Amino acid sequence: MGVKAKRYPDQPKDFKFSDENMKKIDAIIRKYPMGFQQSAVMPLLDLAQRQHDNWIPEPAIEEIGRILDMPAIRVYEVATFYTMYNLAPVGKYHLQLCSSTPCMLCGAGDLLKTCKSKLGIDHGETTKDGNFTLSEVECLGACVNAPMIQINDDYFEDLDKEKTLEILDKILKGETPKPGSYRGRVNNEPENNRKTLMDLKNA
Amino acid sequence: MLKDKDRIFQNLYNDQGPDIASSQKRGDWVGTKDLVDKGRDWIINEIKTSQLRGRGGAGFPTGLKWSFAPKEVGSRPHYLVINGDESEPGTCKDRDILRFEPHKLIEGCLIAAYAVQAHVCYIYIRGEYFIDGEKLQAAINEAYEKKLIGKNAAGTGWDLDIYIHYGAGAYICGEETALLESIEGKKGQPRLKPPFPALIGLYGCPTIINNVETIAVVPTILRRGGEWFASLGREKNTGTKIFCISGNVNNPCNVEEEMNIPLKELIEVHAGGVIGGWDNLQAVIPGGSSMPLIPKKKCETLTMDFDSLMAEKSGLGTAGIVVINKDQDIIKCMARIARFYKHESCGQCTPCREGSGWMWRMLERMAEGKASKDEIEMLGDVTNQIAGHTICAFGEGSSWPVQGLLRHFKKEIEERNNLDLIVEKKNNIPYLVDQHLLDKKNA
Repeated sequence: MGVKAKRYPDQPKDFKFSDENMKKIDAIIRKYPMGFQQSAVMPLLDLAQRQHDNWIPEPAIEEIGRILDMPAIRVYEVATFYTMYNLAPVGKYHLQLCSSTPCMLCGAGDLLKTCKSKLGIDHGETTKDGNFTLSEVECLGACVNAPMIQINDDYFEDLDKEKTLEILDKILKGETPKPGSYRGRVNNEPENNRKTLMDLKNA
Repeated sequence: MLKDKDRIFQNLYNDQGPDIASSQKRGDWVGTKDLVDKGRDWIINEIKTSQLRGRGGAGFPTGLKWSFAPKEVGSRPHYLVINGDESEPGTCKDRDILRFEPHKLIEGCLIAAYAVQAHVCYIYIRGEYFIDGEKLQAAINEAYEKKLIGKNAAGTGWDLDIYIHYGAGAYICGEETALLESIEGKKGQPRLKPPFPALIGLYGCPTIINNVETIAVVPTILRRGGEWFASLGREKNTGTKIFCISGNVNNPCNVEEEMNIPLKELIEVHAGGVIGGWDNLQAVIPGGSSMPLIPKKKCETLTMDFDSLMAEKSGLGTAGIVVINKDQDIIKCMARIARFYKHESCGQCTPCREGSGWMWRMLERMAEGKASKDEIEMLGDVTNQIAGHTICAFGEGSSWPVQGLLRHFKKEIEERNNLDLIVEKKNNIPYLVDQHLLDKKNA
């Protein structure tokens, strides 16, 4: 797994799950057999991240350890192993650009350059206003819709330079861009070249 | 081309909607009780007759895998785990099943859970597919509402609970034992086998792990009969498969086709041909990034199934076809794959942890023509030291694409890299040998 950046120094004093999330936690722990509540560590880290501006502070790790009755270091171990847990603040919009081979073949390099110059940040950095973080990530599993960017939970597919700028401009204007394909194709079908399941398409 | 009526995933492009009403129109959840009533042995035998092989990459016969589950449930409960941690570059088939055909998967879970006597099923989905996971959760909720799962699921008398467990961005969790570790709330580092998960798996209990696509085709196989499935494709490589065609093609797409379909047909007919025409083709990665690439001259006649690709020293893997045309630098493409493995190595075994980074650094230099002549051989040596020396198959998987490159594009690397040797070797000793061997004369 990728090596995480060094420990973020500016940690909050404490962390409490919201009441609503505490209810969710109860339900999550019940998903796993009695005595194996440690299984809930990944969903709880995710919950903490969603509650706390998309990053997990150290007190949250300790809190999760308390809730699940496991040593905090075990929680920390999990949090550092998986790449999706942010242990330092990220921007309001976390741009994750896939640059694995299938996306690279379709021009992910151009997209990266576009994002870098538009936002004025390098890979792994956050804009000064705290709005954007740009990450170059490994395969996001949308290879036939390459190249693509994930912004927070949403996938933006079939992009090129202009479409990327269009999306970034929309976000900068405070609008919400529409996720999905940006070449107007339906899901994963071969554009204008569909040879299968034609009856259903025309149904 | 496969007839539309023989396609299992009728809603692959979401023409009709993934909800339960439209799924039932497509035949899902019709007579599930009758299938289950025929009994465990019938189900497993029918799957054996169909010769269904796992769709997650290794191609292990599914019926055989199910038969490994203990016949009687002892003091330890059985578990069914579905692997939806699709992260291999070039592969994006499970995502479409999760979001467009969730009920095929859920029904498959019920049948498989019954067959292996599990009352709890975990579906492990990669964390990035959060939106698609939500869609699956909606479908699971629908199924609970209609009493298709839960207590006395679909009237079969079998109780089944299905839970989604999200990953968090680790390719290695697609390895079955790493996936189990991950569900148990640990780092996703593979376990040594044996013991195999069928006997000691999740929480130390018997566990059967199948890919999303494998489970999703099960209900249709049972409905139409194992013989029907076996009649498609060829012996031991039967049925249909979702192929993901990406890279330098005019119409990248997912398409369900018969096994043993010619590669050229997939690319030319379904994906609209190679960008710049067939003659502009350089190489094809046939089954996700870990499978060695196939050069153009072999692509002319190649058919896509487990055994024919094995004969080419490659593999069907996940059937994620990545097409690379002549506008691309093949060494750079492979260097990017090596970088993927360097990033995703879990760090447990030294050969993979160190070797993946080593291969990446060498390939980056080779792409720029900054390697010396002997390093090509050294690269091959590194790959050989990884393959077979790691706990899991994914470690080996990092070396296969590089071996493929060396096998088919050695000339290109040699032409670009002709720097002189830094140290002249006196004896022909492999680079990476145990040091004590150096003392022996004929080591």
